[in-house]
Amino acid sequence: MVADTVKLLCAGDGALVAEFGDEISERVNGRVLALADMIDSAGIAGVIETIPTFRSLMICYSPEVIRARKLMREVTRLCARMGAAPAAREGVLIDIPVVYDGPDLSDVASHAGLTEAEVIAIHSGATYRIYMLGFLPGFAYLGGLDRRIHSPRLEVPRQEIAAGSVGIGGEQTGIYPLPSPGGWRLIGRTPLKPYDPARANPFLYAAGDRIRFVPIGPDEYGEIAAHKDGGVTWRSI
Amino acid sequence: MALNIISGGLQTTVQDAGRFGYQRFGFSPSGALDMRSYAVANMLVGNAGGEAALEITMLGPVIEFIGDHTIALTGADMRPEIDGRPSKMYASIEVRAGQVLSFAGQVNGIRAYLAVAGGIDVPEVMGSRSTHIKCRTGGHMGRALTAGDMLPTLPAGIAARPARSIDVHEDHRAPAVLRAVLGPQDNMFTPETLAALRSSTYISTAQSDRMACRMQGTALKHLGGADIISDGIAMGAVQVPPNGQPVIMLSDRQTTGGYAKIATVVSADIRLLAQAQPGRAFTFTTVSRRDAEKIARREAAYLRTLARRMARAQ
Repeated sequence: MVADTVKLLCAGDGALVAEFGDEISERVNGRVLALADMIDSAGIAGVIETIPTFRSLMICYSPEVIRARKLMREVTRLCARMGAAPAAREGVLIDIPVVYDGPDLSDVASHAGLTEAEVIAIHSGATYRIYMLGFLPGFAYLGGLDRRIHSPRLEVPRQEIAAGSVGIGGEQTGIYPLPSPGGWRLIGRTPLKPYDPARANPFLYAAGDRIRFVPIGPDEYGEIAAHKDGGVTWRSI
Repeated sequence: MALNIISGGLQTTVQDAGRFGYQRFGFSPSGALDMRSYAVANMLVGNAGGEAALEITMLGPVIEFIGDHTIALTGADMRPEIDGRPSKMYASIEVRAGQVLSFAGQVNGIRAYLAVAGGIDVPEVMGSRSTHIKCRTGGHMGRALTAGDMLPTLPAGIAARPARSIDVHEDHRAPAVLRAVLGPQDNMFTPETLAALRSSTYISTAQSDRMACRMQGTALKHLGGADIISDGIAMGAVQVPPNGQPVIMLSDRQTTGGYAKIATVVSADIRLLAQAQPGRAFTFTTVSRRDAEKIARREAAYLRTLARRMARAQ
């Protein structure tokens, strides 16, 4: 694919897709997020919302208000302004406290030929980029999981995984924001809620933010969970 | 003033026009699946539009009215009755405190809409009263209604309201045509497969729900594999997983996904899927993006005309 071109695709009468490439990379994702920011700022009448994903931005719009052709022109104009290396929006770095006592931690360790302590050190030693949210509200697709602790999904998925469970599935790692069936290997749990509709900002993070997992003990888990703001400001407890 | 739920029915949820602005966080819009029937129900009771109503699925609830209400029922005919006597659809009806609405049985379509003048007063969550069942958010406690639920209704405003009704005769059991725009991943299918899409009959299966309508018919073969790098899923997207059986994504869909999407059903035809009982036959016809936009504008114009006509009704 020629560098820096954008492909505009049609997704029915109410959505366009701006595709920036065919790979998962910070560079391509950066362009997706840059366009999302530009569209948010541009205030184009008829645009309802956008959905950033790994390598494309879905732009949802009302066909009664704006025609696709006009929207495509606007988007092309914004992309031309973007340039080769758009200024990355300053994503937020979020620390996620984790008690590393998941039921699959020892499996992950033996699969990797490492001790549990080494798995924890590797998992919590990295900073992970959020490429997109999807699958469930607040479910983050993270990049940067160390090869050494990639772990195959369970043969038989669990019927229900508790909200807050931290796991590894293949090359992916992340947090289940809601109870859900799933096949990931569970290595820990966080008292934070990536999605809480009662919170002023229901979502803890967005595409473009970064996450660090911070090991804590079970007592601290309890303190954070009991905190009135849902533990969101846990660093200052 | 309230709706006292004596029995909840199969899946009765509070819905409005949807919850927008959160798809980037993985939260799909929910909202009434048959947007036309939902909009018309609100018009019939003199609402401005967007008020929360009940979406009633297949087996209807039993509801006692606490306080006098003006109501209207649209969408599927489930043989509504008030105090055991057949009641009209597509008309505004004055019900008295203590009267009971029930449904004798579904005959045509599977989703009915009950609007009340003033709207249903459940809390707004993230700007909407729609229920997202999977995320346990919105509507009444984030779930379908059950016996014992009490739903407050908002005061209706002006006391005297004109009787409104419209003539609607639609057979939701008949085979229907779904108009769809090719893409975004139509290039992952052969010309023969695209031809198969246009010429085959697909039936909706019992595995369909508010997330998706799962179809059964001629398998749609991919050029290579079915997998793509996960990207956004629009309302009406026709996903084709490895088994080739199309899955049409609806209001409670996952916002992103990793299977090729061959086409997207136009928004005006989503209501046909909303009313499809298992076994309903569909065929796809492809339309250009420009024609799809014309269809959308025509639907919006139709609803605007209806609204104006009913606002003038005396």
